[in-house]
Amino acid sequence: MKLPAAREALPSGRTCGECAHCSSSSGIRFETGRDLPVKKSKNSLHLIGFGLGLLLLPWLAGHVELLGHYMDVMVFVGIYSILTISLCLLMGYAGQISLGHASFFGIGAYVSGVMTTRYGVNPWLCIPIGMGVCAIVAFVVGAPSLKLRGHYLAMATLAFCIIVTIVFNENVELTGGPDGLAFIPGLSVMGHPLDSIAKYYYLVWGFVLVTLLLSLNIIRSRIGRAMRSIHGSELAASTMGVNVSKYKIVVFVYSAALASVGGSLYAHYLNFLSPASFDLFVSIKLLIMIILGGMHSLWGAVVGAVLITFLNYEWLHYFEEAEGMIYGLIILVIMIFLPGGLVSIPGKVRSLWAK
Amino acid sequence: MEEISFASQLLQYTITGITIGSIYAMVAIGFNVIYNVTEAINFAQGEFVMLGGLVMVLFRVTLNIPVVISFPLTIMVVTVVGVLLDRLVIRPIRKPSVLSMIIATIGAAFFIKGAAMFIWGKDPFDLPPFTGRNPINFLGAVILPQSLWVVGFLVAVVITLTLFFDRTILGKALRACAVNPNASSLVGINVQYMILVSFAMSAAIGAVGGIVITPISLMEYDRGAMLAVKGFAACVLGGMGSFYGAVMGGLIIGLIESLGAGLISSGYKDAFALLVLLFVLFLKPSGLFGSAEISKIRKF
Repeated sequence: MKLPAAREALPSGRTCGECAHCSSSSGIRFETGRDLPVKKSKNSLHLIGFGLGLLLLPWLAGHVELLGHYMDVMVFVGIYSILTISLCLLMGYAGQISLGHASFFGIGAYVSGVMTTRYGVNPWLCIPIGMGVCAIVAFVVGAPSLKLRGHYLAMATLAFCIIVTIVFNENVELTGGPDGLAFIPGLSVMGHPLDSIAKYYYLVWGFVLVTLLLSLNIIRSRIGRAMRSIHGSELAASTMGVNVSKYKIVVFVYSAALASVGGSLYAHYLNFLSPASFDLFVSIKLLIMIILGGMHSLWGAVVGAVLITFLNYEWLHYFEEAEGMIYGLIILVIMIFLPGGLVSIPGKVRSLWAK
Repeated sequence: MEEISFASQLLQYTITGITIGSIYAMVAIGFNVIYNVTEAINFAQGEFVMLGGLVMVLFRVTLNIPVVISFPLTIMVVTVVGVLLDRLVIRPIRKPSVLSMIIATIGAAFFIKGAAMFIWGKDPFDLPPFTGRNPINFLGAVILPQSLWVVGFLVAVVITLTLFFDRTILGKALRACAVNPNASSLVGINVQYMILVSFAMSAAIGAVGGIVITPISLMEYDRGAMLAVKGFAACVLGGMGSFYGAVMGGLIIGLIESLGAGLISSGYKDAFALLVLLFVLFLKPSGLFGSAEISKIRKF
């Protein structure tokens, strides 16, 4: 477990393109799927395919009756994808568990909601304001929390999440309390309001693509390598000259700010907020999304977001009473039988085939 | 007149705080029993308390079995759940790391909670107290007889555990595992079995907590998470791994919560304990009664 991580901390001076190239030309194959970065060309191929698929979907939805119904869910999938991508950077790459991610989502959403309904601020302006607020909160909470490890960090972020939910519930004059905050204005582009699901679809998935591109670049950069070395072993990372506490805070603040963007989009799309959308249950659902997709892959984060959001919005109606049990089972089955998540299946199949 | 009523009010909050604090202490002790052997935190600890309460309701109210029989029966059922948790969830994880243990126990907690909702529904359940509902007047405050039972059971649990860990071979073997699992297995202690025992024990302790508190505060399916967090707060406040720390931590958390709810704001009741948790974690993660040296050599 520790060994491959320590090894991957070594080639940090080189670019990954070189690594992948020389390893393939010399015929040496590394079996560690998660430790070595994916080849750049393959990644951009994935991205182009992903983008094309996204562009095609609304067109398909217009023609196929069955899909048209799912466009609304796809907007939520996009929003949750932004959240899971940011959480994946923090958990899967930097190895820092956070059970408070829904709170940053909520803070972003409530900043947008409260600023627009109570003070009449332009919705677009609220997105950077929300990011700023989240970054500050994340810094204040993160700086002492991230000194903690393992269980302590999990419990600290969990406590933070519950406290934030209580604050949303209790500040009735500002947030509307448990009854929720309604009449949040939607977004508009150059005077044209985004008044259809399809328009929001493009907007949200545009954000997802930008987030994904940004995050994929980060994990291939110097910061990304530092993050993964921290995941492997904090001690080894700091011995190699990685400023552990700095990088932990940087990735925490970055992922909180991204979650805030998701929150703002959520607020303006749904036009209504209630504290229940940002409680501990949501934090854990985000956790389920990334472990289902595969904790160590940003693509896995998107896969998990798609599956769990559809499960949540569409498929779970059939067994409403057993919802909690199903989520619990998903976690247990993945943790026991498929720790790498769904994205590890192709690699496993390939290695079976090679035998 | 005003002065006296305020004093008795304060006394009332203190009594409530000690009662609920005793439950947090039991949860904290449950955390410690598992933590000492496995160095893992069982996020499903609160679910044992919830299960204890609801299973007791099933036996006592639905099936109308007398307390003397339903009490041990409930503890047995919850203990079996604890054993299953170890066998089906903890042991099959091939590469246990902090992250995977946390996620797996969260998953188990979710599953247990979901199952409880499936069986009992979303309504809170009441349980008849062990000895009457007539409150005892005490210096202007009232004490429910059940509160005395709660505190009494906490004392009983602490005494039993102390004797168990000091006087029995099994208890000593568990302590040996806590110090060094590898060395323990070298001297012939079956570490896997000890982990199983620790899960069974903490499930049983949780069940006791759930059974005794249900007549006072009712019990519903989603109580577990909050109990776990507050029990953990108690645990951290007292210092991880220390039984007396857990008891003191539990009582302090209970008092802070009760006094905070009474004197400052009842809406923020749950936030007080959690703020204490955050402050302790940020300022002195080794807790009030724990030592920093010990927390440094811990794996996690």
